[in-house]
Amino acid sequence: MSASSVTIPEAEIRWNPPARGPVGMYCLIAAESAIFTIFVVAYIFYIGKSLTGPQPKDVLEVPVFYTVCLLSSSLTIHFAVKFLRSGKVGFFLFWWFLTIALGGTFLVGTALEWRHLIYVDGLTIQTNLFGTTYYSLVGLHAFHVTVGLLALTAVLLFALLGDVKQQHAERVEVLSLYWHFVDAVWVVVFTVVYIIGR
Amino acid sequence: MSTESITWATPQAATPPPLVEQLHHWVATVDHKRLGILYILYALVFLVAGGVEATIMRIQLIRPHNHFVSPEVFNRMFTMHGTTMIFFAAMPLVFGFANYLVPLMIGARDMAFPRLNAFSFWMTAFGGLLLYFSFVGGDGLYGAGSAPDVGWFAYAPLTSQTFSPGHSTDFWILALLVSGIGSVGTAINIIATILSLRCPGMTLGKMPLLAWLNLTMAGLVILAVSPLTAAQVMLLVDRFLGGHFFDTQAGGSAVIWMHFFWVFGHPEVYVLVIPAFAFASEIIPVFSRKAIFGYPIMVAATLCIGFISMSVWAHHMFTVGMSAAENTFFVFSTMAIAVPTGIKIFNWLATMWGGQIHFQTPMLFCIAFLFQFLIAGLTGVMLSAAPFDWQLGSSYFVVAHFHYVIVGAILFTSFGAFYYWFPKMSGRMYNEKFGKLHFWLFLIGFHLTFDFMHIPGLLGMPRRIYTYEPGRGWDIWNLIVTIGVFFQAAGVLVFACNLFWSYFRGQVAGSDPWDAWTLEWSTTSPPPAYNFAALPEVKSRRPLWDLKHPEDPDWHYE
Repeated sequence: MSASSVTIPEAEIRWNPPARGPVGMYCLIAAESAIFTIFVVAYIFYIGKSLTGPQPKDVLEVPVFYTVCLLSSSLTIHFAVKFLRSGKVGFFLFWWFLTIALGGTFLVGTALEWRHLIYVDGLTIQTNLFGTTYYSLVGLHAFHVTVGLLALTAVLLFALLGDVKQQHAERVEVLSLYWHFVDAVWVVVFTVVYIIGR
Repeated sequence: MSTESITWATPQAATPPPLVEQLHHWVATVDHKRLGILYILYALVFLVAGGVEATIMRIQLIRPHNHFVSPEVFNRMFTMHGTTMIFFAAMPLVFGFANYLVPLMIGARDMAFPRLNAFSFWMTAFGGLLLYFSFVGGDGLYGAGSAPDVGWFAYAPLTSQTFSPGHSTDFWILALLVSGIGSVGTAINIIATILSLRCPGMTLGKMPLLAWLNLTMAGLVILAVSPLTAAQVMLLVDRFLGGHFFDTQAGGSAVIWMHFFWVFGHPEVYVLVIPAFAFASEIIPVFSRKAIFGYPIMVAATLCIGFISMSVWAHHMFTVGMSAAENTFFVFSTMAIAVPTGIKIFNWLATMWGGQIHFQTPMLFCIAFLFQFLIAGLTGVMLSAAPFDWQLGSSYFVVAHFHYVIVGAILFTSFGAFYYWFPKMSGRMYNEKFGKLHFWLFLIGFHLTFDFMHIPGLLGMPRRIYTYEPGRGWDIWNLIVTIGVFFQAAGVLVFACNLFWSYFRGQVAGSDPWDAWTLEWSTTSPPPAYNFAALPEVKSRRPLWDLKHPEDPDWHYE
């Protein structure tokens, strides 16, 4: 320390811990996955155990169109984030709005399906085990879509007010992780409810 | 190593703000240290509440045909005691220490999401209030209320509207749902803090063991508490919307509730005991004046315990009658968990071996923990054998076993942690004499209560009975067990008085009273709001050792 003329250049410490946003979101996704796992397990466990009708094969129709809507919204949100990262806010707005529209369409599909089930087929959450598990699992997913849509809409409003810029791309990307998760869960729910359970 | 001397404005010089303003600061705080202390104080309040409920049960059981409380009240007491101790005493205690210590130990300014941290604490706090509000609101406020009486694991179909009318069970469900959201929030925060906010140089392999163990604990909370949340939602659907998840008359299954509950319930034990291991892993080296033995193995064993603990839940259900394949699987997975746990015990012993052991209060509690946790583990291995469990399941032997874990391991190390970090949190030393008095009173009380509790269990006394016939050979053991409770209560009273008195009158501690090695001792006691004036740089697992012994730093050997 005394030899003042000689300075040993300290090696630059490379220190890049992961950003807290994605880490937090991945943890939330893990927790949500655990919740969905329990509901999915209950659904599978109770397949074919309803004592009374209606049974899944009598009333369920495969919602192909709405599923395509939801799954393609993962692609549109990906494009939106990509354009925001490169600073093209106009394109971002377009793809972001399209994502919300597709998600909204999916929710409309769920609403129409439930309306048909309740008023035409007479299946409610109280009817039998199928009704209980079906409305709980699909409803839990629809709840997550709703929460996601609210968050997406909030970002849309901020963006329309001109408050979402290139430097916010990382935060927007954290939200897009959640949306991807909601879509991925639908793949599981779809498989369990409309393919295995039918 | 040029340390610039920076003069900081001393907040002590200014007159303290009025009390209302101070309280407002506490309520609106997002500071991890304040939230940690709030968590701990909150846990202590509920520890006393749960302790009072336990005492009421023990007085009722002190002799056969006692009429201290009615059977209904007894049911409420064991339900509230279990729920309170697990969800509103042990978990907030664990989260409080994690909140306070993790950022300090990894050299961070605060938790990763300070506002989420405050939100999580208040969710937990309101969950506890909701549970205790059931005493007045359980019947819906139109008369004398009642608390939940379905047991802390609330088996179906007892929780259905038919068998549990009124709202006491709803309060139980909502309290756990709300506090569960808080727990998951805190767990997310702990993981993000540990992964993202470590100070420069602190790689995962150089973190204090406490950070590693809390990382594992938080992972378990995320994977274990979420299933409980899901199960509580299902129970709400059954009770309020007329669903049939656990309705056996509509083809539903009561056993699936058990699975869902214990998928949470068993990892929960490790959520609580892993932080207890964390306390021991910090205290034992400092009071043995040796670095922890086998750091990488300790980390590996911890992760291994976390992993295996996810696959042992159904050993709580041997007496339900599962298939031979299920029984076999859960017998072996449960026995397997004794291996990493045993590794840990040997590592702690090896840390003490050849060390200069200082028998101060924190260390005394940790040494007692080692012995008691060993016995708890041994009865655990006994109960993991399904045929043995068929004989003794739901008896006082089981009650004695898990209290040996929860009190003998978790509470003992938590007391050790209190004494060890009290100087850091308050800036003052506790009274060593009273600390030792607390230790001996509690040790005697613990062993009177929980050693002798095994015996009526072996003699066939089932748990959760409000009274019993004389002449079955249970009388004397129940008397001894109840006498032990009063020793424990006296110990806790000494503890509370000691902390209270020391907070105002204790010796000023200084920043590093234990000559310890982790970063929290490098800042003042209590630490300033910003934690560290200068961001520390870490080169080994014991950064303060390196600072104190520049001629022989740890990073020469790691």
